[in-house]
Amino acid sequence: MINLLAFNIPFISIFVLMITAFITPLLPLKKRLPEKFSCCVIGFTAILSLYLLYSLTNSGQSLTFNFPMGHFPAPWGNELRAGPLEAVLSFFFCAAMFLSLTGNFSSTAEDISPARRQIFCVLVNLLTASLLALTYTNDLFTAYVFIEINTIAACAIVVVKEGASTVRAALRYLIMSLVGSGLVMIAICLLYDLTGHLLMQNMHGAIKVLMITKEYTMPLTVSLALITVGLGIKSALYPFASWLPDAHGTSTNASSAILSGLVLKGHIFALIKIYYRVFGLDVIHFLRMDTVIFILGIIAMIMGSIHALKQSNIKRMIAWSSVAQVGYIFLGIGLNTAAGIAAACLHIIVHACVKPMLFTAAGGLSTAAGHKKNLHALMGTFYINRWAGLGLIAGACSMMGIPAFAGFASKLSLTLASFDNPFIVWALAALAASSVLNALYYVPAVIVILTKNKDAVLETHEQPTLLYKISMFVFLALNFYLGLFCMPLLRLITRGVNVL
Amino acid sequence: MLSKLFLNHYEAVAVILFGIGMTNLLLQRNLIKKIIGLNIMDTAVYLFLAAKGYVAGREAPILIEDGAGGWLTSSALYVNPVPAGLVLTGIVVSVSVTAFSLSLALKLYENYGTLNIDEALLKMTEEQVELETRIEQAEEDVLGD
Repeated sequence: MINLLAFNIPFISIFVLMITAFITPLLPLKKRLPEKFSCCVIGFTAILSLYLLYSLTNSGQSLTFNFPMGHFPAPWGNELRAGPLEAVLSFFFCAAMFLSLTGNFSSTAEDISPARRQIFCVLVNLLTASLLALTYTNDLFTAYVFIEINTIAACAIVVVKEGASTVRAALRYLIMSLVGSGLVMIAICLLYDLTGHLLMQNMHGAIKVLMITKEYTMPLTVSLALITVGLGIKSALYPFASWLPDAHGTSTNASSAILSGLVLKGHIFALIKIYYRVFGLDVIHFLRMDTVIFILGIIAMIMGSIHALKQSNIKRMIAWSSVAQVGYIFLGIGLNTAAGIAAACLHIIVHACVKPMLFTAAGGLSTAAGHKKNLHALMGTFYINRWAGLGLIAGACSMMGIPAFAGFASKLSLTLASFDNPFIVWALAALAASSVLNALYYVPAVIVILTKNKDAVLETHEQPTLLYKISMFVFLALNFYLGLFCMPLLRLITRGVNVL
Repeated sequence: MLSKLFLNHYEAVAVILFGIGMTNLLLQRNLIKKIIGLNIMDTAVYLFLAAKGYVAGREAPILIEDGAGGWLTSSALYVNPVPAGLVLTGIVVSVSVTAFSLSLALKLYENYGTLNIDEALLKMTEEQVELETRIEQAEEDVLGD
């Protein structure tokens, strides 16, 4: 039996973050107190998630539990649900959020005025709360509400950096997101009509009955397709990813890191939960949605990289590379096996650690080059900010899938998972082609920053702050940990997927 | 097929309205029209939910007195209260999203003098081109000296 503290952690961590969002505007602006306070709270929730994970794995037989919200019992009331997978993901989400904020602590101050930084803290706290709620929720309509909170907060952290281009980027992002959430909402209403429930396990039971009686297959397919497209738009699956480079490329470094590394992942995990817990893998296979996701994932892996090749702005390049990485995750989901979903979850974690590191590194390098984001302007910046340079190199190696770096672990597990699939040739070819394409744009970037620039004297010699160095060190350590010692983590994820 | 459509005419109308709203949200060029489209889309979902939640001949889900000091608690007397709750939540979400998008539209108008995102993009590229030529000019001047 799990102890009382661990039992309450899913609720406490969401609640504490929500309350922090309300408290931060009341704090004085002196010494950047609101930012430090919200960083501390996010770090605290990361520790709480780790404790939850520890007590779940040491609790004996039952690896999961449902936390009732309010006083109504299961079929009517609202519930949170926690298992090893949820705990692992919420730990990595909080940790990556914490590191993105601390790593970009000084660049946030350059981009955003003090009064707006206070609002930024509110938004970041709301965003973290909604991510955790999406991870833990067991109720589909609650998931919808938090998807909307996530949308508003995510668009607002784009626009928090003043400027005309951010407003335009945020509006594009908002409109596409709203289309997505509208589709999700009508799909949830359809599913509620078909099943009569909003809790995931009860919906799953009702859908099983529907599949046996062969009734309402058409509405079920429609609602599944609507949910997939809706969450696909929000998680930037390729044909629906046109909004991403603007939103991720123009915003401040901390926002880019959070948006690319975490916001996309929250929606993908919500989709995984809906696939696995509401429909069930056999129903997904019966309705042919796995093939659709598989093909879209392959297209995203190739097209995201091709678009990234064309970019001259380093942040836009990294942003397009996110589209390719989201393709990997959808490939894993499209394999439609427990191993495939576990590999997809591992890639979610890997990407949630590597992409914020890349954005933080790119931010540090462009500061070293005098706030220029053009790739050519970054020549020789490695020698000014070595920590940022190391971050970019390690991130690039990870994206290419060099052994010992984080990306290798997830690519390996994706490859191993695809062996059960009849389309293995396609999966392997796409993985290989995408790795080569990743190398084609990351290697030149690495060469540029390593080339000594003798002609021009660089204008600034701003040294990175201690906080930046520490954050980058932790990012690098996480990267190597995931690359070298991922097997215990993968076993844990597999256990989590099995009890999902 | 058509007879089923007729039987569920509320739902059919709701889905058609949803389609109209979504097309407007995606394809209209003017931001205010886009936001109106968003609201049509959301309202369509509320109509759908309200139509699905209503059961003919039953009361609103508020307890009725039985005349002997108690309440009539049989669930067969009342319509399903959950869709109404979902509609209320949906309205709250829709209001906040509308307010947020209107404020962003206002910001866009302040910055670009237009409510059309594509026009704003064009204006931005013009501005960028201007900026780049100015930088080049400055560099040439420096080299010339």
